[in-house]
Amino acid sequence: MWEYTEKVKEHFLNPRNVGIIENADGVGEVGSLACGDALTLYLKLDDDRIADVKFQTFGCASAIASSSALTEMLKGMTLDEAKKISNDDIAESLGGLPKEKMHCSVMGREALEAAIANYEGTRVKEVEGEIVCECFGVTDLQIERVVRENQLTTIEDVTSYVKAGGGCESCHDRIQEIIDSVLGKDPRPKKKKTKLTNIQKIKMIEETLEREIRPALEKDGGNIELIDVDGNAVYVQLRGTCASCRLSEVTLSKYVQTKLRELVTPELVVEEVHP
Amino acid sequence: MKMVYVDNNATTQVSPEVFEEMAPYLTKYYGNPSSMYTFAGQVGDKLKEARVKVADLLGAAPEEVVFTSCGTESDSTGIHAALISNPDKRHIVTTRVEHPAVKSLCEDLAKRGYRVTFVPVDHKGNLDLDYLFDHLSEDTAVVSIMWANNESGVIFPVPQIAETLQDRGIVFHTDAVQTVGKIPIDLSSVPVDMLSLSGHKLHAPKGVGALYVRKGTKFSPFLIGGHQEHGRRGGTENTASIIALGKACELAGQHIEDENTRVKQLRDKLEKELLARIEKAAVNGDRINRLPNTTSIGFDSVEGEGILLLMDQFGICASSGSACTSGSLEPSHVLRAMGVPFTSAHGSIRFSLSRYNTEEQIDYIIEHLPPIIDRLRQMSPFWKKSQTGST
Repeated sequence: MWEYTEKVKEHFLNPRNVGIIENADGVGEVGSLACGDALTLYLKLDDDRIADVKFQTFGCASAIASSSALTEMLKGMTLDEAKKISNDDIAESLGGLPKEKMHCSVMGREALEAAIANYEGTRVKEVEGEIVCECFGVTDLQIERVVRENQLTTIEDVTSYVKAGGGCESCHDRIQEIIDSVLGKDPRPKKKKTKLTNIQKIKMIEETLEREIRPALEKDGGNIELIDVDGNAVYVQLRGTCASCRLSEVTLSKYVQTKLRELVTPELVVEEVHP
Repeated sequence: MKMVYVDNNATTQVSPEVFEEMAPYLTKYYGNPSSMYTFAGQVGDKLKEARVKVADLLGAAPEEVVFTSCGTESDSTGIHAALISNPDKRHIVTTRVEHPAVKSLCEDLAKRGYRVTFVPVDHKGNLDLDYLFDHLSEDTAVVSIMWANNESGVIFPVPQIAETLQDRGIVFHTDAVQTVGKIPIDLSSVPVDMLSLSGHKLHAPKGVGALYVRKGTKFSPFLIGGHQEHGRRGGTENTASIIALGKACELAGQHIEDENTRVKQLRDKLEKELLARIEKAAVNGDRINRLPNTTSIGFDSVEGEGILLLMDQFGICASSGSACTSGSLEPSHVLRAMGVPFTSAHGSIRFSLSRYNTEEQIDYIIEHLPPIIDRLRQMSPFWKKSQTGST
């Protein structure tokens, strides 16, 4: 059995502000049936102040309690004050949550941000990141944020806070990279934001082929030669065992292209030229 | 507060007769059955009696019963024994819906170089037998298939599988932890090689189990130590609990008809009334081919943990297949393997009865559960939507 605080139990048994506001100024919907919990938060504003707030939650006791506690905090707050609420503030107001249930407090904070963004006509930045966890639809920006704000250090922590990594586990390496980069360990090479000139691009492709790709192919008795670069199309020719290998298409798309996209620019498309 | 316990697939109450039988062996007769004096010898005699009682319930011979500490130990012992006895074979066949005692063990063995086939089930929870038989090979060392599923209660055709596997040089182990005492078992006519059972699922205490090992089956102990259990399981016998298990098996044999008539009728009433009173509720699994005491019901658009905690307010004890209660994030592997839709998988509750349940208790659940589901649905953002069919 979970060790819920008396406050969690009390909010679960007597949730405040359950319901819908028909003409709400801001509505935030997060979560899904498939994920096992979801929260819809309704805000009614009086000028800049939250006059009324209601919620509907599908989820466990701590999800319902977190939603209820959040609505209590919000009533009477200005939007600026509301924007400062962190997931930890929600958990704190309940006297804490079991670690495995911290994602309930994060869901509250995300619904609040979504509702405010809905009112302001903006979009929530984190949602627009790149999906890392396919099972629960969690982006790199969401993970970065919970790691930073809650000083998380392990994949297990991240799973407890945003569910990422709690399904098929295939994204664990990526989550570890994000944790490392936030914690300042082995920072990931920042993606090149500046546009490369053609000369720079060709130089980098040549370097990458020389340093990263050719040695790997040579191990299997193969080789690779750069024929041309036209825009983002990279024309290469395979030699040695690679050329006659029926798997060469796989080698190319899976390996060379991945490497070049990673180390040069993500738009590159590799095409094989036959002699 | 009133308590209605309908979580007997999790554990059961120790029956008073069982406790009475074991108590003197915790207090008065504490001798080690391996010792030479009469004081200890009388404990040894009592163990022999217990072994006969367990064997009788299974339709087995007493020397085919090895006492263990729990169902999990029985499963681990059986599967490891099969692998050690067939060192050249590297293939294991099991199902996607096993209890973690078998599932996690097989997943672990898969990391240690064994090839494991997980046989799927259909949406009713019935095993895909063609898949099972198609995947057997010369390399298959052991097939381990539960006799009945702990969550859905669905019974697998163990007699048919046992006959098909007979004389193929494959060890057939079945985890019958949920089956023993609930439906009749006669191993004199069902050729399984090994079978696991657990005491606390049939009104004996926790901490005792047994592994049936058919005469002639190659065996190798899991706990290596003394000569206890004829060298098949080292460690001083848990005398009082083994004696309790014997008594519990004797009682289970006497009550098995009650289990399949009165208890079954109570289960059927509970199920029928809940489905009649709560819309968008459905039984998970085959309603015919099922243990008499178990029902798993999925309630649309609500989450299981909330249901359990609100039932707890009324002293009703059941369990859920939902993610939230277990600390994992996905619904149970059994419900997922059956393809139960997410709309109801998260809100699935398992009720498992025993001979100690009464009609009055069932009526109590029927009275209190519908308002609980309704209350949670009123809170759920999916409920209105699911009523208008626009999810």
